[in-house]
Amino acid sequence: MSALRKSSPLAVTGKYLALAFYLTFALFPLYWLAKIAVTPDKLIFSEGTAMVPSSFTFENFRTVLIATDFLSYFKNSLIVSLGTAAITTCVAAAAGYAFSRFDFRGKRLVIALMLITQMFPLLMIIAPIYKIVAAVGLLNSLTSLIIVYTAFNVPFATFLMQSFFDGIPKDLEEAGMIDGCTRFEALRKIILPLTLPGLGATLGFIFTAAWSELLFALMLINSNDTMTFPVGLLTFVSKFSVDWGQMMAAGVLALVPSCLFFIFIQRYLVQGLTSGAVKG
Amino acid sequence: MMSTTKPAPGKPRARPSFYFRYLVEPYLYISPAFVLIALVMLVPLVIGVSYAFQSVSLLRPFETGWVGTENFQALWTDRKFWLALKNTFWWTLGSIFFQFFLGLGLALLLNTHFYGKRLVQALVFLPWAVPTFLSALTWAWLFNPTIGPLPHWLAALGILSEPYNILGDPDLAMWGPITANVWFGIPFFAITLLAALQSIPGELYEAAEIDGATAWQSFTKITLPFLAPMIAITVMLRTIWIANFADLIFVMTGGGPANSTQILSTYIFTTAFRKLDFGYASAIAVALLVLLLIYAVILLVLRRRLVKI
Repeated sequence: MSALRKSSPLAVTGKYLALAFYLTFALFPLYWLAKIAVTPDKLIFSEGTAMVPSSFTFENFRTVLIATDFLSYFKNSLIVSLGTAAITTCVAAAAGYAFSRFDFRGKRLVIALMLITQMFPLLMIIAPIYKIVAAVGLLNSLTSLIIVYTAFNVPFATFLMQSFFDGIPKDLEEAGMIDGCTRFEALRKIILPLTLPGLGATLGFIFTAAWSELLFALMLINSNDTMTFPVGLLTFVSKFSVDWGQMMAAGVLALVPSCLFFIFIQRYLVQGLTSGAVKG
Repeated sequence: MMSTTKPAPGKPRARPSFYFRYLVEPYLYISPAFVLIALVMLVPLVIGVSYAFQSVSLLRPFETGWVGTENFQALWTDRKFWLALKNTFWWTLGSIFFQFFLGLGLALLLNTHFYGKRLVQALVFLPWAVPTFLSALTWAWLFNPTIGPLPHWLAALGILSEPYNILGDPDLAMWGPITANVWFGIPFFAITLLAALQSIPGELYEAAEIDGATAWQSFTKITLPFLAPMIAITVMLRTIWIANFADLIFVMTGGGPANSTQILSTYIFTTAFRKLDFGYASAIAVALLVLLLIYAVILLVLRRRLVKI
């Protein structure tokens, strides 16, 4: 497996230097974000480019959470992202299961349509979506965002779930069905417990995608009560573009949920893709 | 919506009829996904294409109707469109070039053994989990000379004459979003290429070693040919994705200064969002779609010719 077989000390040093470069490049911006967030206001300009601030404070986080609307943005984003992740995973698990286990008329057509949705610029439908949502009276509502995000994420989630189902032998639910289960019972009692890691990965993946979506939220939401975190943060930045500490504290807060999910799912992602690659 | 995802299977203990099992059941599983996609994506797509041939502007509500190819004629003489097209090209090329080579390097590193690998892997993939708007803001702040270190470092290295914000310089501004995009996109290439690397059978390398192949020879003769199909498909998908990717630029520079970072997708968004001119925005979107289709077809034909696996 390893490419460096007779590893010379020089090659090993080079490898660790390269790894250190990647780690620094990946983590430095996040470190800087956190650093400014905990720097006291009066030090931000005098120590603007120092690597470590001479004193710390959590004042910025307190102000952001108490004196601004960020808690409400946070709650809205949480509702939208959790709602999207839950519904998408259910819908995609059903569709992925159908792709994995059934051969039915129109299967290729549905797959082709799903692939098309992954190819065209999503911004192409931003105007029609706005008009439709406005016509149904759902502007400024979180429901519209959940429906739109769910549809955007279903195709990818379906292919992901299909690859997880493909990894489970068909015999398992066939045995269950011979013993008198219906297919749906077999799916629920035998197959779903086995795909829990896959379901978890899909949930996490969709959650982060919904958490970070900006442009459609910007278009569909303009009342302060229903703003999601990205929209709220961006509005905050354009209004109060001098309060660096508070902006970065808000940024750190936005980072927390998606990072938690990511640390949990990243192992499954490589696994899932590997099994897909093996099958070609 | 939730209820339809769980098709009720008649009477639980009854033997499912042949008709139900083979003709109806698959559609019960597939229909929620299909209905959603059709209503929220495919129908609006058709409407969106039709908007390109209409005058649909919320600021001029009484001048609606079919206008034929008027939007496209306006596009042809729009200097901003051609500038955005040029910028799209450089933005996509610059981003994909660095993302791919740095991502390939990272995947090769992660495919070797070293101490603390699982932690390192989780940490280097982290930028991918950072919400896009936040990556954009973070990098915009890093490039800001008041609170960010980058301008000072660049000045110290002699790249900039003095520490100023490159996002405000029309000649250099594009490098800001490209840097942010490379940072954000390396993990994707690393993850997909790592998955492909791990599926190469280890015996091939052992056989090559017994035959006396150098590390470089096993890389070019085993690794690259095995990776080629994955590389072709990921580069194609990413190119399309990056060309469509408006968030980073919209947040970092808003297309400015002087449209020097305006790409087609940000132009679509600002036309729809700021000017509320949906007809013209859709015309730009159709133009972008056609260009991407041409690109995809060329790449697929090339792949069929060149990759013989």
